[in-house]
Amino acid sequence: MRGQLREELLRIADMVPAGSRVLDVGCGHGELIGYLKQAKGADARGIELSQSGVNACVAQGLPVVQGDADTDLRDYPPGSFDVVILSQTIQATRRPKDVLDELLRIGRQVIVSFPNFGFWKVRTRIFFSGRMPKTGLLSHDWYETPNIHLCTIADFVVLAEAVGARIERALAVDDGGDVREVTRPGYWDNLMAESAIFQLSREPGPQGPA
Amino acid sequence: MSSAFQPLSAASSVAGDAAGQAFTFPPSQYLPLDSGERLSPLSIAWKTFGRLNADKSNAVLLCHALTGDQYAAGTHPVTGKPGWWSTMVGPGLPIDTNRFHVICSNVIGGCMGSSGPHDTDAATGLPHGLQFPVITIRDMVRAQAMLLDHLGIATLACVAGGSMGGMQALQWAASYPGRVHSVLAIATAARHSAQNIAFHEVGRQAILADPEWNEGKYQALGTNPRKGLAVARMAAHITYLSEAALHRKFGRNLQDRNALSYRFDADFQVESYLRHQGASFVERFDANSYLYITRAMDYFDLAADHGGVLANAFKGTQTRFCVVSFTSDWLFPTTESKKIVHALNAAGANVSFVEFETDRGHDAFLLEVPEMFQTLRGFIDSVAQSRGIR
Repeated sequence: MRGQLREELLRIADMVPAGSRVLDVGCGHGELIGYLKQAKGADARGIELSQSGVNACVAQGLPVVQGDADTDLRDYPPGSFDVVILSQTIQATRRPKDVLDELLRIGRQVIVSFPNFGFWKVRTRIFFSGRMPKTGLLSHDWYETPNIHLCTIADFVVLAEAVGARIERALAVDDGGDVREVTRPGYWDNLMAESAIFQLSREPGPQGPA
Repeated sequence: MSSAFQPLSAASSVAGDAAGQAFTFPPSQYLPLDSGERLSPLSIAWKTFGRLNADKSNAVLLCHALTGDQYAAGTHPVTGKPGWWSTMVGPGLPIDTNRFHVICSNVIGGCMGSSGPHDTDAATGLPHGLQFPVITIRDMVRAQAMLLDHLGIATLACVAGGSMGGMQALQWAASYPGRVHSVLAIATAARHSAQNIAFHEVGRQAILADPEWNEGKYQALGTNPRKGLAVARMAAHITYLSEAALHRKFGRNLQDRNALSYRFDADFQVESYLRHQGASFVERFDANSYLYITRAMDYFDLAADHGGVLANAFKGTQTRFCVVSFTSDWLFPTTESKKIVHALNAAGANVSFVEFETDRGHDAFLLEVPEMFQTLRGFIDSVAQSRGIR
């Protein structure tokens, strides 16, 4: 699991141009921003909800603001970052659409990764056992999961359209850690990918809040 | 002159001794004040800890809070107690004096050697009292900048402070962005709230209501508004704590008795504690200084100085910021810190923000909060690293 997450962060890091201004929303203990700072010379900052995560980041000298993706993104001015990253977090927000809208407002490029609820293991678990699915990425019981807004790759494409985002790139990651480009219409990827990484952008315009 | 003022005359008369240093600027180097008046001659008393390195890159300025002074670490010469930030400043501590040259000066308006209302007016031979001009946080910072010029220190690795000290640290970043590499602002705000002004007014009225205050001329008349100042301190002290901490510490426990007295003695431990806080405070602090410094805090509104937009105070800043708040601080609550962070984000500043969970209220910044030390150590270490300080 850890290896796979690490792999995913590396994939995300590959999408970040060197020297970018980056905001990692839900940056945890700062693994990604630390890496981006060192390997890419990025001006990387984070937002993190947990006290332990914030402490760990600041203690490493990483600039992190204690805050919540659902409420605190509005503090940032439009276009203030080259890249905004939301890794494995959107499914835990209260208002994913508003969060994505805010991400597109403050970042010229937005990278979102999430567990794919269309993954065949998820589908078969619910189909055959009749129980809420538990997989490597979705390891909580239904009654204590932080993941309150799960979606499939197909669902996410619809959301991206709804907020006026252009999909620059989409990667499907299978449970072996293999990565490939999502090809339209994406039925196969939606079945085979355990998680997905989307790179989005949006022309600054009327659809974004001022 | 009563005992409350003796330490300041002692501190200002000696330069360069163990008690600290003091300098009086020549009249040509007056301090222009926000009020339009000039403060002259300007005296500043300060204390340093740790050595200045060869390229003068390791200077850290500590800004003290309302009733603090330059004795941030070591033993306080008046009270005999450890300095106000001795948990934070010293060899091997987060602000490591083996590594940094730490400077802490008494604010103007104060009573520990820097120019204040207790000083003698050369024209009249009497203490200034209320003839002393009203000063602001920005005036305090301007005076500190003059001190640094005098010391030949161009830039600061960090300006750090809590409460009113945090206000000064923010003001430093706004007034002298090129001189400040980093700011550590703890339990503070970019403006003093209506509630905080209200508490200050209660304190000032307590002093003014004391017959020994004598329109501020108590020094010349040989009186001292101890009771008024003590009440001001008692009221203020409550705001520095939290309901939970007061309850944890004292509950409804009785003081030196087994039953209620049915009189107005200090039946409860919390009363006895507050009376002690008030009584010990008047031994080290000047009532007029209390009026002036609380006023300076009331007047503080960094956004107002920048067209009402706080972010404009930090426009283009290259300073790194670390903003810290405490969950139980109701005097400078987290919402105030978040306003600072919001503005810094809007200005594109490099900012970290941490809220620590503690029941110790506003005063937590002066206390042992291990989690805070660990985090601040990380911030300060990264500052040292980026400044090339070993």
